[in-house]
Amino acid sequence: MSTPAESISVAIRAAHDAGRPALVAFVTAGFPKVEQFTDNLLKVADAADVVEIGVPFSDPMADGATIQLASRAALAQGVSMVWILETVAALPRRPKAPLLLMSYLNPLLSYGLDKLPAAARAAGISGFIVPDLPHEEAADLEAALAREGLALIQMVTPVTPQARLERLCGAAKGFVYAVTMTGTTGKNVAVPEEVTTYLDRVRAASNVPVCAGFGIRAKEQVARLAGHVEGVVVGSALLEVLERGEDPAAFLASLR
Amino acid sequence: MAMAIDAAQAAEWLDRELKGDYPDARGRFGPYGGAYVPETLIPSLEKLAAGVKRWLADPDYLADFHSELNTFVGRPTALTFAPTLSKQWGAEVWLKREDLAHTGAHKINNAIGQALLAKRLGATRIVAETGAGQHGVASAAACARLGLPCTVYMGAVDIERQAPNVGRMKLLGATVVPVTAGDQTLRAAVDEALRDWVTNPDGTYYLLGSAIGPHPYPYIVRELQSVIGRESREQMLKQAAALPDLVVACVGGGSNSIGMFHPFINDASVQILGIEAGGRGAGLGDNSATLSFGRPGVLQGCYSMLLQDSDGQIQETHSVSAGLDYPGVGPEHALLHSAGRVSYESVTDDEALEALAECCEAEGIIPAIETAHAFFGARRYAHANPGKRILICLSGRGDKDMPTLQKTLLKGKI
Repeated sequence: MSTPAESISVAIRAAHDAGRPALVAFVTAGFPKVEQFTDNLLKVADAADVVEIGVPFSDPMADGATIQLASRAALAQGVSMVWILETVAALPRRPKAPLLLMSYLNPLLSYGLDKLPAAARAAGISGFIVPDLPHEEAADLEAALAREGLALIQMVTPVTPQARLERLCGAAKGFVYAVTMTGTTGKNVAVPEEVTTYLDRVRAASNVPVCAGFGIRAKEQVARLAGHVEGVVVGSALLEVLERGEDPAAFLASLR
Repeated sequence: MAMAIDAAQAAEWLDRELKGDYPDARGRFGPYGGAYVPETLIPSLEKLAAGVKRWLADPDYLADFHSELNTFVGRPTALTFAPTLSKQWGAEVWLKREDLAHTGAHKINNAIGQALLAKRLGATRIVAETGAGQHGVASAAACARLGLPCTVYMGAVDIERQAPNVGRMKLLGATVVPVTAGDQTLRAAVDEALRDWVTNPDGTYYLLGSAIGPHPYPYIVRELQSVIGRESREQMLKQAAALPDLVVACVGGGSNSIGMFHPFINDASVQILGIEAGGRGAGLGDNSATLSFGRPGVLQGCYSMLLQDSDGQIQETHSVSAGLDYPGVGPEHALLHSAGRVSYESVTDDEALEALAECCEAEGIIPAIETAHAFFGARRYAHANPGKRILICLSGRGDKDMPTLQKTLLKGKI
C-alpha cells in the first residue's frame, strides 16, 4: 500500500499518463462562505487531480491580493486549523484526489508539530505546502510528517541556483512545486521560453512529478506548459470563480 | 511550542550571548531567529549574508560608514545630564541624545549603514517599510545622499497619524506607497515590502529598519545601531566617571534598544531594562507588549515572541506610538529576555504621555512618544530604587508626534 505522500505522485502521474496535464487546485478553506465549503471542496476535488486547501493566515507574505482577501474573509468567519481538520474528516464521501494543506508556518506551530501529523492523516490529508519554510528550516516538520507518511512539498523558483535546485528536487516528496515567476501569487503571466527552459531543468532534477504554479489562469498557458511539466497549480483564478458563484468544475475543465 | 525554560538552558544561552556567539551559523540567538522566507528570497538572503561577511568589518566600508556618521548624521550625539529630572526622581539621570541625529532619531545610523552596504552589493533600488515614518525619512535621506531610488511602504493608518513624516519623505525624493492591506500599520508595511522584494529579487535591496526579520537583518541592525551604546559607554565614563546602574530604552521591534544594550551586556554591574508599549492595558489587541504578553512563533521571517491568538493568527496591536505598534520583537531581545540578562516591562499610553510632558517642562526636550515610554519606565525604577545612576536612550524627537499630541496632551489647551 502506498503512503499518502506517494498517493500524490501517483495521482499526478495518472493524469499525465492519460495525456492530460494534472490539475492541482487551490481553495482557501471556508472561502467564500464556510457553509458552502464542503460542497465546493468536493466539486473541486472531482474536477482536479490534487487539491490544496489553504489555511488562512493573518500575514500571507507570499500571496497576492486575491488570496490575501480570501484569507481575511475566511478568518473573519472563524476558520481555523481545528475547523479545517474537522470539516475535512467529516466529508460525506472521500474524494479521489489527494488533499493537501497549504499553510504558513505559524498556524502549524500553534497547533503543535507533535500532534499535527497524526491529526492531519486521520482527517485524510496527504501532505503540506509551507511557503515560508525554506529547506534549511524544514527538518523538524519534515521528520514529523514523514512519521505519518505525509509529504512536505518542496517549492523551487526561477532564481533557485542550479546546485540548490538539484539538491531540493532530489529530496522532494509528492511533487515539486515549480514557481514560474518571482513574485506573489495570482498575477497573469505569459509563458516565455526562459520559463519552459527552467521547467525542463526542474524536471531533469526531480524523481517526483513537477507541477508549475503562480499566475496560471488560461487554457493557452496550460497547453504551453504541458510538454514541460506533469501538472499545473491553479489558485487565485479558481478563487475568483468561487467568489463569483460560478461552477468551479466547469472552470477547471476549461483549462485542459 | 510554548517553552518551559529551565535555569540551565537560560544560563547556557546567556553564556553564549555574552561570549558573542550569537547569531550562530544558522542565524539564531539561542532558539530565536532563523530565516523563514519563501524560496524566492533565499538567493537574495544568501547574497546579503555573504555581503555582510565581506563588508561589515571591512576597513574601507567602516571608514565610509564612520565618515557618514560624523559628517552627515552628526555623531557622536551628545550625552546630556538631566538636572531637573534627577532632582524630581531622586536619581542621577543621563540622556543619550539620538534625537539630535540627522532626521531626528537613531534610525539614520542603520539607514546610512545599510545604504552604503547596498551600494557595495550593486543594488539599483531600495525598498523600505516604515511605521512612525522615522525609518522611512532616514532611508529617504540616506538614499538621496547616495543617489539610490527609494520606495517606502507605509500603512494607511500610520500615514494619517504621522503626516509630517510623509511630506518629509516626499521632499527627500522617496516614493511613498500607502498600504491598505492587513492592519495598515508597520506589520502590513513589512509584509508589503517583502512582497516587493519577492517580486523583484534582483537589484532591489530591502532596507529593513528594525532588529527583526530573517537573518542576517537582526544582526546587521544590531551592528549598525551599536554605535549608540558604544558612544554612551565612553561618554558615561568620561562625563559621569562611572557606568550607569541602569540602562533603559523603549522596545518595539527593538533597534534603538539593541543598539544601546548590546555594548553593556558584559558589564555585570549594569542592569538593563526594555520598555514595551502597554497601550490601553493587558488585553489581546490592546497593547504591543510582546515580551510581556506574547508566546513564540514565526512572523515575517523569524522565530521570536509574538502577540497571537490560540490559532497562531497574529493579533492587531495598539499603541499611541506608531513606532512601537508591532506584534513581534527582535529575536535577540527574545533571547535576552529568556536568558534573564534584560528585564522587560510595559508602560501604557497615558503613562508615556505623562512622562513626555514631564520631560518637556523639566529638560526643554520634546521626546518622541516612543521614547517617552522609556522615560516613564526609568522614573518607575527610580522611585523603587532611590539614588541610582540612570542612562536613558532618548531615541528620537517628538516633532513628528505633533498631530497626536494636539489630540491628547494639548487637547483644549490651544
